[in-house]
Parts: sequence; C-alpha cells; structure tokens
Amino acid sequence: MDWLSTGIAVFDSGVRLAVPLLFACLAGLWSERSGVVDIGLEGKMLVAAFAGAAAAHATGNAWAGLGAGILVSTAFALVHGFAAISQRGNQIVSGVAVNMLAVGLTALVGNAWYKQGGRTPPLEGAARFEPITLPGADAIRGVPIVGPLYADVISGHTVLVYIAVLATVLTAWVLARTRFGLRLRAVGENPAAVDTAGISVMGLRYTAVVLAGVLCGLGGAYLSVAQAAGFLTQMTAGKGFIALAALIFAKWRAWPALATCLLFGLLDAVSIRLQGVVVPGIGQVPVQAIQALPYALTVVLLAGFIGRAIPPRASGLPYVKER
Amino acid sequence: MRSWVIGIAAAVGFGGMAAAQEVKPAIVYDLGGKFDKSFNEGVYNGAEQFKKSTGVDYRDFEIQNDAQREQALRRFARDGFSPIVAVGFSQASAVEKVAKEFPNVKFTIIDMVVDAPNVQSVVFKEQEGSFLVGLLAAKASKTGKVGFVGGMDIPLIRRFACGYVQGVKYANGSAEVFQNMTGTTGAAWNDPVKGGELAKAQIDRGADVVYHAAGGTGIGVLRAAADAGKLGIGVDSNQNGLHPGKVLTSMLKRVDTATITSFTQAKEGKWKAGVTVLGLAESGVGYALDDNNKALITPDMKAAVDKAAADIVSGGIKVHDYMSDQKCPG
Repeated sequence: MDWLSTGIAVFDSGVRLAVPLLFACLAGLWSERSGVVDIGLEGKMLVAAFAGAAAAHATGNAWAGLGAGILVSTAFALVHGFAAISQRGNQIVSGVAVNMLAVGLTALVGNAWYKQGGRTPPLEGAARFEPITLPGADAIRGVPIVGPLYADVISGHTVLVYIAVLATVLTAWVLARTRFGLRLRAVGENPAAVDTAGISVMGLRYTAVVLAGVLCGLGGAYLSVAQAAGFLTQMTAGKGFIALAALIFAKWRAWPALATCLLFGLLDAVSIRLQGVVVPGIGQVPVQAIQALPYALTVVLLAGFIGRAIPPRASGLPYVKER
Repeated sequence: MRSWVIGIAAAVGFGGMAAAQEVKPAIVYDLGGKFDKSFNEGVYNGAEQFKKSTGVDYRDFEIQNDAQREQALRRFARDGFSPIVAVGFSQASAVEKVAKEFPNVKFTIIDMVVDAPNVQSVVFKEQEGSFLVGLLAAKASKTGKVGFVGGMDIPLIRRFACGYVQGVKYANGSAEVFQNMTGTTGAAWNDPVKGGELAKAQIDRGADVVYHAAGGTGIGVLRAAADAGKLGIGVDSNQNGLHPGKVLTSMLKRVDTATITSFTQAKEGKWKAGVTVLGLAESGVGYALDDNNKALITPDMKAAVDKAAADIVSGGIKVHDYMSDQKCPG
C-alpha cells in the first residue's frame, strides 16, 4: 500500500477523531470568552451521548437523538450557569459537580432502563448517522491527489462532521464581526465596562453558557450516535479535558481551535495506524511508545511553540455589580 | 485490630458454612462489564443457566475501577458468599489477598492461576481455539491478509494472537497478519471507538477478516468490519448473532461452563482447589457454528477445521503457547 493512500486513510480517521474535540473546544471557547470557566465539558458531552443514544434507540431516528442530546446538555449547562452566574459560585466546583453528576447519572439511569450495565442497546440503521457522500466525490476520485483527497478525506463523513466545521466558521465570524460577539468578548475581559454601557452581563453570560451546552450536545451525540453505535459508560474518556487543553493551545480563538483539534485527532489516528508497522531503521515500534506519542508531542508543542496563552481577563470571576 | 477483624470474619465464615448446605455463589466481573457480549457475558450466561436449572440465586458485582476488586471480593466473602467467581486475570492479586483472609471461602478465578488452598484456578488454552479461527480466517480471506485486534497488551492476549497467527499460517503460509493492541490499561477493554478505528486501519491495509480478543472494545471491531462489508471473528461468547452473515465465526471460550462447573461442584460438595486447564480436548475452547454463519463456512472449510481440531487433540498439531516462553514462532 503506497504512502498516498496511507496518508489519506490517516487523515480520514483523524477527522473522525477530531470532531468531538472540536465541538467541546468550541463550547469551551464560547463559555470562557464570556468569562465562565467550564471544566464541565466532559460531563455535558457524556449526558448528551447518553440522551442521544437513548432517544435514538427509542425513536429509531438519529435526529431525535441529536435533539435529545442537545436538550439534556443544555439543561446541564443551565445548572452550571445558575451556579456560576446567578449564584456567583465557584465555577470550577460547579464544573466538577457537573462532571461527577454526569458519570453517575448516566450509568444509573442507563442500568435502570436497559439493564445492560449502563450501556444502551446498539443502534442500527436510521438510528445512526450514516456517512454521506458529497456531490461529485465519485466523479473526481480519479483525479490524482485532489481526487482521493476530496473523495475520502472531505467527503464520506457523517453530517455532524460538516456541522462541526460550520460551527467553527460561525463562531469565528460571530465573535469577530458582530455586535453580539464584541459584547460577549468584552464581558469576558471587563464585565464592569459592559455593565456601565447598559448591557446585561448575566444575559450575555447565560447566552454563552447555553451555546456551550448546545455544542457539547452536538459533540456528545456525535460520540454515541455517529462514531459509535450506542452509549457506553464513560465513553467520553477525557475528551472534554483534552478539548480544554486544545482551547489553551488555540489561545481561545476559533480557527486555531479547529487546527489544534485536527492536530490532536491526527496524532490519535497516527498512533492507531503506526501500531505494528515496521519503521525503517528502527523495526517495530512498541505499542506503548506509539500510544504515548500524542501526549509527548502535545507537551513539546505546548511548552515550546505556542508561547504565552493569555485567557480572557475576567474568566473564572463571577461578576458582582456592587461592592 | 487486624486479627480481630479476621477472627470475626472467620467466625462468620464458619457460621455461613454450618447454616448453608446450599451454596451462596457470587461473581465479581472484570472491567469490560457484565454485558460486554463477550468474556464477562459468558460468565453471566453460565450463572443464569445455573440459576435456572437449580433455582439457586447468586449475587454479582461489576467493578468500575481497579480498586474495587478487593473491596468487592472481601464484601462478598464477609457476607458469607461461597464460591466467589473472580472473572479475569487482573483479579489475581486481589483474590490472593482476600483468599488468605477468608480461608473458608471458596474462590474460583478465571484466566489466571492463584496458588492458595482455597482457590480454584481455571485457565484456557486460548491458543488452540484461536488456531482454529485463524485457519478459518485464512480460508475465508480473499486478499490473503487478515487482522487481529487485541484489548489490553498482556501476555494472555498475545497468546490469542499467537495461536491465531499459527492457524492462519497453517492454512496459508504466505498470508499476512496485521496485529494491533488497543491499549495498555484496563480501559482498553471498553473502547469500541478505538477498536473500530483499529479495524478500519487494518481493512485499509487490505485485511478482509478481523479477529478480536478485546472484550467490549470488540463490539466496535465487529461493527467496523460489518460496516465495511468484511468479516469479523468474535471471541469468548458466541458473537455470530451480533451482525448475522458478517461474523465469520467466534472463538468460544467456555467461561460459562467453567462458572456452572464451579457452582455445581460447590453445591454437590465436590468443589476442589487447584488448577484446571481447559483446551480443545476438554471442549473448553472451540469455534462457533450456528444459523448466522452457516453460509460463510463452506463444507471444505469445515472439514479442514475439524481435521485440525482432531489433530490438535491427538497431538498431531502442536500449537505453541505464547505464555510458555513469551515468544511467538514466525
């Protein structure tokens, strides 16, 4: 098998693995840009994955699963919002609470409903998002390099993958180019100034938190309804936290977030493909070394290449109007 | 304090023995979970069968992390349960410790040997069953390339892989086998997304039959194979029905029989500590043939695999055991 097709297979797999990270990363971006630190991304994705799989199984419709995932994730986001914005509680504590609640609740409810140790039954047919072929993919497959690149890497994913890219474009545009985006960024830097201008700090922060909930819902539903076929306990497996790392890596900006998540996904894909492959001059690389590769590279890149990452100034601080 | 606790526990143990002519069996599952459609579920099915035929109820526990193994075993032992079946090699150290604390409780560990006077160890010759499915894989493959996805990278899983490779090479000396392990921690038993990606990677490299020995992770392997229109091979339990017509066969490891045997022996007072090795000769391992895969196994393949099985039992074919020297020939 030649290098081009190997490369294309790796990119293809990297895209699939990057999508949940990207959704969670964008969710964190919205939330933190408004000044609400959100380490509950993981928990929200998990409940969304569960709700998505449960609803998709009950209705036999993947879109119903997606809707349920978004709803439940948003409800959890509002809990976090209520604690962190209205009650001015510690945002880290509230986020941890969301994570713990999600782990316990999904396993408990899943076991009570399906009696399969917290799993949902496997999803079949229309209850899953199937890969879609973009127009023209088959027509230009024969064109060298560009053809397979388009047909295999860009086309042939589930619809949620394209929604993820769309979400990145929208996030970048809204934050940078709209009045709402400007205000939202301002509320994360200097909420007092926004308040003085007569704009509701609470309103903006709640909007951001709800958007984060919707994005986590998309990410969670992708995990259980598109990438896998059903829910498993703790299936997010730390993706919410990796997304937070990606967010810092990307310095709280949308396009770099896309690039970072793709990089992380790609490293994951490489680590999967490199296993058992004989590297010239070295021989077969041990499984452990390959699996440590993404983490090692992350540390190197974080430490050496991105420079200082400065978070939004007011992130993590509840806004108190009067002293 | 410690001896006091043990004293109480021993007293409870004796009390339990005196009161209970009938058994109070219990099971502690491994990380894959009771419904992994594979290894743990085999034990569960055995226990359910025992319950149905004898009416004796049992208790079970699914651990969520490694620390719970010892707690669960100890709690069952303290509550007078016996025999306690510990599923999986990773329970070994916990069983060893708890068995010492409760010398009157019977423990059965599956997949590992624990040397203690009150522990029964049941191990399987996975290499023999894997050899058979390897042979079938090679016969079913059109590309001459087949894959193997393991769960956690441990000698036990390498033993599956090694037997499989030998079976493949036996049927087709020039066949190529791709091997991957999902991970190096317990989480590797429960990661179907990664299992699916590994299987896809092997399929991209040309594999058209993929065998898994990866517990819950294998669900993703079989799905990826079925989605791509290739064949998967199940493990431990009969997984042919997960994707009918897309699962070539399953390597059966009769953990269900082992469970029933342990429970029944205890019930009839015939339970004995020691090591039991179950191979092809003892029907402890084998391959699955049912309505779901009947069309996939041609008469020619069936004849070849049955002959190989007979040869292994008679000693005509020697399947190398990876765990004997940590090496795999070829």
